[in-house]
Amino acid sequence: MKIIVCVKQVPDAKDVRLDPKTNTLSREGVQAIMNPYDRHALEEAVRLKEQHGGTVTVVSMGPPQAEEMLREAVSCGADEAVLVSDRAFAGADTWATTYTLSQAIKKIDDFDLILCGKQAIDGDTAQVGPGLAERLDIPFVAYVRKINDCTANTIRAERLMDDGYDLLEVPLPALFTVVKEINEPRIPSLKGKMKAKKIDITKMTAVDIEADPEQLGLKGSTTQVVRVFSPELKGERAMLAGTPSEQVAQLYEKLSPLL
Amino acid sequence: MDYFLSEEQQMIVDVARQITDEMIVPQRAELDETEDYPRDILAAIAKADLYGLYIPEEYGGLGGGCFDIVLALEQFARGCTGVATAFAASALGAYPILISGSEELKQKYMPLIASGEKLAAFALTEANAGSDASGIQTTAVLDGDEWVLNGTKQWITNAGEAQIYTVIAITDKSKGPRGATMFVVEDTDPGFSYGVKEKKLGIRCSSTRELIFKDCRIPKDRVIGRIGMGFITVMKTLDQSRPGIAILGVGLGQGALDEAVVYAKQRVQFGKPIISFQAVQHILADMAIQIEAGRALVYSAAKHIDAHKNDMSKASSICKVFATDMAMKVTTDAVQVLAGYGYMREYPVEKMMRDAKILQIYEGTNQIQRNVIGQELNKEYTRS
Repeated sequence: MKIIVCVKQVPDAKDVRLDPKTNTLSREGVQAIMNPYDRHALEEAVRLKEQHGGTVTVVSMGPPQAEEMLREAVSCGADEAVLVSDRAFAGADTWATTYTLSQAIKKIDDFDLILCGKQAIDGDTAQVGPGLAERLDIPFVAYVRKINDCTANTIRAERLMDDGYDLLEVPLPALFTVVKEINEPRIPSLKGKMKAKKIDITKMTAVDIEADPEQLGLKGSTTQVVRVFSPELKGERAMLAGTPSEQVAQLYEKLSPLL
Repeated sequence: MDYFLSEEQQMIVDVARQITDEMIVPQRAELDETEDYPRDILAAIAKADLYGLYIPEEYGGLGGGCFDIVLALEQFARGCTGVATAFAASALGAYPILISGSEELKQKYMPLIASGEKLAAFALTEANAGSDASGIQTTAVLDGDEWVLNGTKQWITNAGEAQIYTVIAITDKSKGPRGATMFVVEDTDPGFSYGVKEKKLGIRCSSTRELIFKDCRIPKDRVIGRIGMGFITVMKTLDQSRPGIAILGVGLGQGALDEAVVYAKQRVQFGKPIISFQAVQHILADMAIQIEAGRALVYSAAKHIDAHKNDMSKASSICKVFATDMAMKVTTDAVQVLAGYGYMREYPVEKMMRDAKILQIYEGTNQIQRNVIGQELNKEYTRS
């Protein structure tokens, strides 16, 4: 089984700050770590490899410093590491990021499964996983808490929901984003660390991935951050029960006074 | 202090430190209370490749030596000496095979021990054979293609948890010191069972039980080395392993100092943190001096042992005595610095003090170590 894990270097949650002028995250002087959810994705990939054989390739789009995080991923069991890095990628939103990653993954070409963390702890959008699946035109499952079994062509997984879980079977290749409940990431091994020190990290630039410059970085981004704030939680939640038609009737009753 | 570790050695420290900080420290108080064997921690240590540190590469290990395992043990002991003992016991059980075993035995057992898939244990002590190993009463008699073992081993670390036991038994009583032989016994061998788990003062998560051999039959080829050479293998094993106990004293001492300094900075009496009082500062300073001296000595002894396989005894015993007597003193001082709080189980230092005591006793009491050093001195000065 060939597995790709997308990992992102993020500022340590303990000292995240916002740049008040640009409303973007200020990364200066902040310790960079592997996004914690990506760590769970990597662990799951390594476990699948240990069970079924195959390889794990970690891919990151980021600045050259992200190499350190990729080496850490190798020390935790990844076989190959790819750093997709170019000045042209700077300022990318999730739209441009999924484009860039999809171009890079098309270059890697051969894969059965892509695993990502459910979201990164800096941007918290949870859009890159699903966006990437869409661009690669493969099935996508979010919030995977358990991978039950897989064959050469299909994989079964449990998707964590608010009130339980869904058991899904999807054809391969597919893309999953995982939640932290899926596993307990391992501590790097000594052999892994030794391998990580020596490994050649594959570097891909905008030219290497044959990207359209118009779709990269700030230029390719459709998002403009106007303001960053924590939304206030308000409003009531109600669960409607009964058959679908009963639920529709109840919903109509609740909504009609508002019309 | 900077000991100028190589990049690989620093990696050993880093991996062991991460396991210690993320797994051992958070669990140690509960493990002490429940006396449960730390299986998940040992599994993580195995996954991190550390069981293979001292085992040659041709048997699935990393090809390091005494110094490499010492670096890992120091970190583990800083967290919990019980966990560190459970880990170290497998190496102690493996050394007889590595030192004297046939190529077949090494091929068969070392890769399993190196991967941590199987644990080993070393069985020497008996009710009447502690410091005086000649009191051994367990016997092994050849019957056709099998050895038949009878007797009871006592206080065996990792008993009931290990799958591979290296056991010394008398094969010819008339030959005295040349009448004992070492064997490999597997947990599934017929006639082999365990006694109850002992209740101990410290290192409570490590397993200590009897091994009971009642007409225990093992294949003929499980002899380690030559028949009658058992005591020589035992002595070489202990020479090799003692720096591993010595470093537990250094790690444990460091753990106690860390707790004492942090506490002394926070604890306010007479309007000041107690670390500002000279009486407390001097206790902490003396602790730091002794720990650093112990570390420098154990590191040097371990490197000496890696370089001089035929001249290990004195260095091995010297570092064991110094570092473990030091650990007893330093952990007692840490309890004194924390005073009433230190005496309570809420803080980790009382456990550290309880754990320290065994270091002066097992793998040869510190009195026996002084005998070894004295005898070596006598030999040296006779030669010159």
